[in-house]
Amino acid sequence: MAQLVADQLPQHEPSGGHGHAQDAEHANNPFLAHHFDTPKHQFEAGKLGIWIFLITEILFFGGLFCAYAVYRAMHPEVFVYAHYYLDTFWGALNTGVLILSSLTAAWAVRNAQLGEQKKLVFNIIATITLAFCFLGVKYVEYSHKFHEQTLPGRYFNPEHEVWELPSYQRAHARSAHHESEAQAHAVEPQAGTIGEVAAAATGTTPVAPGAVPAPGAVPAPGAAPAPAEAGEGKEAKVAPPGAPVRPRNVGVFFSIYFCMTGLHGIHVIAGIITWAWILRRTLRGEFGPSHFGAVDYAALYWHLVDLIWIYLFPLLYLIH
Amino acid sequence: MSTHQHSTNGSPESGNERRDGHHDEIAHVTPMKLLFGVWGALMILTVVTVAVTLIDFGAHTNLIIAMAIATIKAGLVVTYFMHLRWDRPFHTLIFLGSLLFVSLFISMTLLDRSEYQGSIEEMYLKKGQ
Repeated sequence: MAQLVADQLPQHEPSGGHGHAQDAEHANNPFLAHHFDTPKHQFEAGKLGIWIFLITEILFFGGLFCAYAVYRAMHPEVFVYAHYYLDTFWGALNTGVLILSSLTAAWAVRNAQLGEQKKLVFNIIATITLAFCFLGVKYVEYSHKFHEQTLPGRYFNPEHEVWELPSYQRAHARSAHHESEAQAHAVEPQAGTIGEVAAAATGTTPVAPGAVPAPGAVPAPGAAPAPAEAGEGKEAKVAPPGAPVRPRNVGVFFSIYFCMTGLHGIHVIAGIITWAWILRRTLRGEFGPSHFGAVDYAALYWHLVDLIWIYLFPLLYLIH
Repeated sequence: MSTHQHSTNGSPESGNERRDGHHDEIAHVTPMKLLFGVWGALMILTVVTVAVTLIDFGAHTNLIIAMAIATIKAGLVVTYFMHLRWDRPFHTLIFLGSLLFVSLFISMTLLDRSEYQGSIEEMYLKKGQ
């Protein structure tokens, strides 16, 4: 059937209003498929296709953003508590890496359009290298989480309590400067819903007598760390006064974290494969000013991956 | 055409030569200045969004500020890196359409989010006590 259609198309096309100019263009341009009138026609068709694909990607990620929105709206205390386990430095670094790779991708499209073959090869390799950098940083972050056991759901069993984390100590030492603001901050993770108090009562979290939710208790900057107080085992740790009680289901934050960054990471891997394919085609001399479509489509996909990270970074790392 | 002026900014020799050899322009060529300008703006906004979390405006306002900055960054990427500014308006339309449907999806779900909280709390109370 496909063969039949393929045989018939060239015969039908000339009678469909195509002049000799297009036939000549087809003869001269091996990259112009026979069912398109001009390179521009071909480019526009591909561009519409890639945009429709990007739209399905946005809707695809929309499901995860929805899960995030619902859970954060219901349990803001979980997000405030859990985000101290993420290192803003790595997140910000990866944001920079991805933005830079977006620049090299956009630059590569320009190179292809202008026929700058050497620069095109360079920019594609730069984009791939930066994508690997991104995955490298993600590897550092993920392996740290596996060691710390800040894992999804019931596997959330961290080595360190939240008040032992430098990120927590920094945040609270800072807010202690502004008395009133610190007060608001200290109350926030402790805002006891029925569920939290119930969880605390069942003893699912290591709670020291002094750490029962006490609204208004300001953690003194010096009192927070005290590693000498913390024992060897997880249960033996004594929470300093004013330390936040661990809310119920902190692991859900890490379920959301791993799903969102994991799906994004898969897209980065797909991007690397795409760019490797584009690089191969570039080296074969398949791109030039009249046929750079594939470079542009790969770059559009890559920008979308960047776009999603632009939202993931503040939503996961910069919770206030 | 402004597009011709733009494209000659970065590397005039290759730009003109290639373009004149071709009879019609397939797509807009983003000028170098603009590419690096957008990149610089994105980097500055990334620093701003990290810095702004050090200031306490209240959890709600901080979230709104972070999302506003992210949206400005996303707008820059879509408009310039993804060429929507020079593209067919139809692509902008379907892109904004997808955002509309995602926001409908999220907001409708958020409206419904308290529906099952009662039974969840009940379950935890039964389990815990």
